[in-house]
Amino acid sequence: MSILIYAESAEGKFKKVALELASYAKKVAESLGTTVTAVTVNAGDVSELSKYGVDKVLKVNNDKLAGFTAKAYADVIKQAAKKESTKVVLLSSTTDSIYLAPLVAVALEAGFASNVVGLPVSTSPFQVKRTAFSNKAFNITEINTDVKVLALAKNSYGIFENGSSLTEEDFNPTIGDADFGVKVVSVEKVSGKVSIADADIVVSAGRGLKGPENWGMVEELATVLGAATACSKPVSDLGWRPHGEHVGQTGKPVATNLYIAIGISGAIQHIAGINSSKVKVVINSDPEAPFFKVADYGVVGDAFEIVPQLTAKLKAFKEQQS
Amino acid sequence: MKILVCISHVPDTTSKINFTNGDAEFDTNGVQYVINPNDEFGLTRAIWFQEQQGAAVTVVNVGGPDTEPTLRKALAIGANEAIRVNANPTDGFFAAKQLAEVIKNGGYDIVIAGKESLDYNGGMVPGMIAGILGYNFLNSCTAITVDGTNVTAVREIDGGKETVSTSLPVIIGAQKGIVEEKDLRIPNMRGIMTARTKALTILEPVDVTVNTKAVKFEKPAPKSAVKLVSADNLDELINLLHNEAKVI
Repeated sequence: MSILIYAESAEGKFKKVALELASYAKKVAESLGTTVTAVTVNAGDVSELSKYGVDKVLKVNNDKLAGFTAKAYADVIKQAAKKESTKVVLLSSTTDSIYLAPLVAVALEAGFASNVVGLPVSTSPFQVKRTAFSNKAFNITEINTDVKVLALAKNSYGIFENGSSLTEEDFNPTIGDADFGVKVVSVEKVSGKVSIADADIVVSAGRGLKGPENWGMVEELATVLGAATACSKPVSDLGWRPHGEHVGQTGKPVATNLYIAIGISGAIQHIAGINSSKVKVVINSDPEAPFFKVADYGVVGDAFEIVPQLTAKLKAFKEQQS
Repeated sequence: MKILVCISHVPDTTSKINFTNGDAEFDTNGVQYVINPNDEFGLTRAIWFQEQQGAAVTVVNVGGPDTEPTLRKALAIGANEAIRVNANPTDGFFAAKQLAEVIKNGGYDIVIAGKESLDYNGGMVPGMIAGILGYNFLNSCTAITVDGTNVTAVREIDGGKETVSTSLPVIIGAQKGIVEEKDLRIPNMRGIMTARTKALTILEPVDVTVNTKAVKFEKPAPKSAVKLVSADNLDELINLLHNEAKVI
């Protein structure tokens, strides 16, 4: 009956979203009067999860699962849910979890709600709040099935410590050839850079920077902040920056703690993609730029003067802090 | 090669989002509808397969008669025929069940659906179709080629991309990159004229239990005005981000 979470890890370390999910699961479990079980895949040391309220871990260690395969991983989660007679399965909103979530829902004959923000509005009937219409609205979704699958929106709940005594158990689900209809040929990850998906801070720039040769100052600001770099759609369409950096409605979604927009006017499609970021800062020479309407803090002025100054001041601030 | 492209009929991004009937329903008043952008990227790739590899392209939508102009637009862009499942989808699973039925009966090799729609942002329909039918499934596809029954695709992953291989039949969750923005086609007059005479078949829905339903909508609380900081006083910005917003 316990709640099941899939705690994602990479290179033997739990992702931050896994800790957020555990924190969230603990609270949901309390409201349902039950416990939290996590299923992990090739995660190594799982003791960290006890800090965030997980009561039991089903540890799956299997070389066949060395690379992510949605169908196989979904199969693992399904078998873990069956074993625990789980009624609520909680997933995060990484590319991997969003890929496998509908497969898990169908396999468990469960109703599925994605982009869930906040704790359930009600547990009987089971209702959750989720974002819709590209962050322009929320909807309260009622799930009527016996088993429910929820995907928690990134950075929507937070990480909270909540100590528990953890039971670890090795779990050997049956996975077969049918789980491996899709084969990964090669993986290309940008190394040495913070990815937009993992970043707490994103520094993003637009056409106001006038040309790709001017991105050095954006990267320097990002380095000082430990941030990922991103760009607006026109910039990626013009080929100034790689497509992977394009954020917005048709690009990558951004849900960071801090989003800094430099020389981005703030087209509605751009705002739709970044609006779930907590704090937004805009630097733009045009005080009428629409971005000022959605930002928390703004500086009107020439980015070519402001950004290097801001970088230098932040650097001094960081040194003073450490 | 038979390709089915699932088309969602969604409010244009610039539409005002309002609700009616005690915030229980989306207010369609004055809303401009378009082909869901992720579906349009997928449709454009399907037309490429039609032109380069002789594929037959069918478009399908689960929706009422009011969604037909969106299907006609897909026909004007170049799809060979259209299917409308005559029902208002209550949730992603309902749509996926209807589409799975169409796919089973139509014997399609490739099914393309946008990885997410602009309205409910559920991101579940392609995956659920794959789950129901047990087909191979590739989500977040930014490239796809087909050689015989072998499929090679590129998927976007957190922090990079991966190349994968699988075999037909396959379900594709499409996004920008599977074609570029500049490759999208605006229907020309000839396309619009021929679209009028192309087949649009109406099917009645199969019974599906309602797993989830949207019971109420809310709009975000109005935002407080931006705090402006002078360009000569960036220390103040750092102070606000550190002490007030607590993000650095």
